[in-house]
Amino acid sequence: MSTLAYASADEAPARRSAAALLWRRLSRNVMSLAALGVLAVVALSALAAPVLLPYDPDAPDAERTLEPPGRRHWLGTDLYGRDQLTRIVYAGRVDLLVAIEATAIALSLGAVLGAVSGYRGGWIDQVLMRIVDTIQAFPSFILAMGIAAALGNSVTNIVIAIAITHVPIYGRLIRGEMLRIRETEYAEAARTVGNRQRRIIFYHLLPNCFPPVVVQATLAMGFAILTVAALSYIGLGIRPPTSEWGAMTAEGASYIVSGEWWIFAFPGMAIMATVLSFNLLGDALRDVLDPRMKGV
Amino acid sequence: MTDLLAVQGLTVHFATDEGVVQAVDGASLQIGAGEVVGLVGESGSGKSVTALAILRLLRPPARVLGGRIEFDGRDLLGCSEEEMRAVRGAQISMVFQSPRTSLNPVLPVGHQIERLLVQHGAVPPREARERAVEMLREVGIGEPERRARQYAHHLSGGMCQRVMIAMALATNPRLLIADEPTTGLDVSIAAQILDLLGDLGRRTGAAILFITHDLGVVARRCDRVVVMHAGQTVEWAPVRALFHAPAHPYTQALLRSIPRVVGTGEMEPIPGWVPSPLAPPPGCRFARRCPLARTECEAPVPVRAVGGEHRVACVAAEAS
Repeated sequence: MSTLAYASADEAPARRSAAALLWRRLSRNVMSLAALGVLAVVALSALAAPVLLPYDPDAPDAERTLEPPGRRHWLGTDLYGRDQLTRIVYAGRVDLLVAIEATAIALSLGAVLGAVSGYRGGWIDQVLMRIVDTIQAFPSFILAMGIAAALGNSVTNIVIAIAITHVPIYGRLIRGEMLRIRETEYAEAARTVGNRQRRIIFYHLLPNCFPPVVVQATLAMGFAILTVAALSYIGLGIRPPTSEWGAMTAEGASYIVSGEWWIFAFPGMAIMATVLSFNLLGDALRDVLDPRMKGV
Repeated sequence: MTDLLAVQGLTVHFATDEGVVQAVDGASLQIGAGEVVGLVGESGSGKSVTALAILRLLRPPARVLGGRIEFDGRDLLGCSEEEMRAVRGAQISMVFQSPRTSLNPVLPVGHQIERLLVQHGAVPPREARERAVEMLREVGIGEPERRARQYAHHLSGGMCQRVMIAMALATNPRLLIADEPTTGLDVSIAAQILDLLGDLGRRTGAAILFITHDLGVVARRCDRVVVMHAGQTVEWAPVRALFHAPAHPYTQALLRSIPRVVGTGEMEPIPGWVPSPLAPPPGCRFARRCPLARTECEAPVPVRAVGGEHRVACVAAEAS
């Protein structure tokens, strides 16, 4: 056949993995690098907390209560003489874990819901989207409060509460993507070769919805952390003595007037830095992914 | 010859906000085993809708209102969805017009062929990879092992179409529907793709239904031609008969409208417009543009033989 000639090796661009390309584009932006740095520090220190830190986050030290930041306790101690830095790092474990779990659950549910809704349309779409509307009709924090209050405030229940409030975010997004993708030619091609509908939806089409979902999930992670912290701040979330950023801020709040600022300020800054980093990273990812990763 | 595929009186309507679009109205065509048939017509004449109807892939608002589609002696319109899935991709395959966007962007191309093979039980799962690579080699892709691991965006348009063809023929289908398979490819690549299709069709014994608006494609590569106009099939002929003695005034006009590089023949556009599919005229839909139109054209037009296998739906056409 006369056909072999043009199918030569140099025709395709050099192979580069999508992850490498993503990294290359992200690393051009100083803000996203800083955000990644902060998140890496929070995550790694949370993982390695027992090795990194000499103190027990929950052990009181009656001789060193309310100590200001100094050489011995870098970020000071609280009312019970517990090391603030240690508690903040351990709190990162709780906050990150809750946010990751909630996001994972919400994403899975939202993906199934949105994909089926978008692909099938018709009454299934109507029913599923009205359910989503109902969830969204509540202010999400009030809903999370309600669920947490009704279920009781264990870590699992906080995860459930946040997951439920986040399902609509993913459900709607993926439905919208699916509406577009189901009309593409590769969707038609998938139907043409006799695939089952379930397989078309979840294997062939759903992965194509992911670029905007990655962006959304990153932004929603920050929002989830803020929600855990807020729930804990008002006493509906994680309870003391477990260290948690929101709960720690709440404990510190009563010391603002008496001058012990470090008790609320540092956990508050941890919340701010983490949430801000997720938001910055999400924005950077949007810039990278949104004009579609053409020519990857 | 017994027909592999026989479409009889196919009628497809689309319910839209503006009214009912009569996209296909009583279309008929036959394809024998191993035969290459061209389905020719302007854009919007219902060619692709007919193809999708054959695979029963039309979705609302499209509705098949009538007709029979017999494939290998079986009525496809009466098949269950389960039965249709076994037909699609295994016995009837399809190649689309935009190869780049017909491949799933998130799956390696070789993997897509493998999946198809496994799904239809064409080969045992462990041999699927090998067979996929073999198919890629068969359609003239160099370094098939490496290409199999790549994604659609790594490949050129022509290569993507080769992959689509490999996929379409991997399961040894009895019928391949090629819906304008060379749109968007440059002329030399298009010719290679058409050669490849014809070549592989002959080798595997698959019948091919070429859907195209390019009469040149038809002339060189088809055994028989079916001409479609505004949702109706108007002429059926062996390829030589069609070009030497076109019987339907529309076909004649179509042939006159081809620009010619040599000779003095002027290119003649067809006067008027394709009638609106929302309110098509009764009877022959070409009547209002037809130089030979007469009152009988207002009534449903009978199909007449004008010699051998040459048939035409026109009251004015003369036997050759």
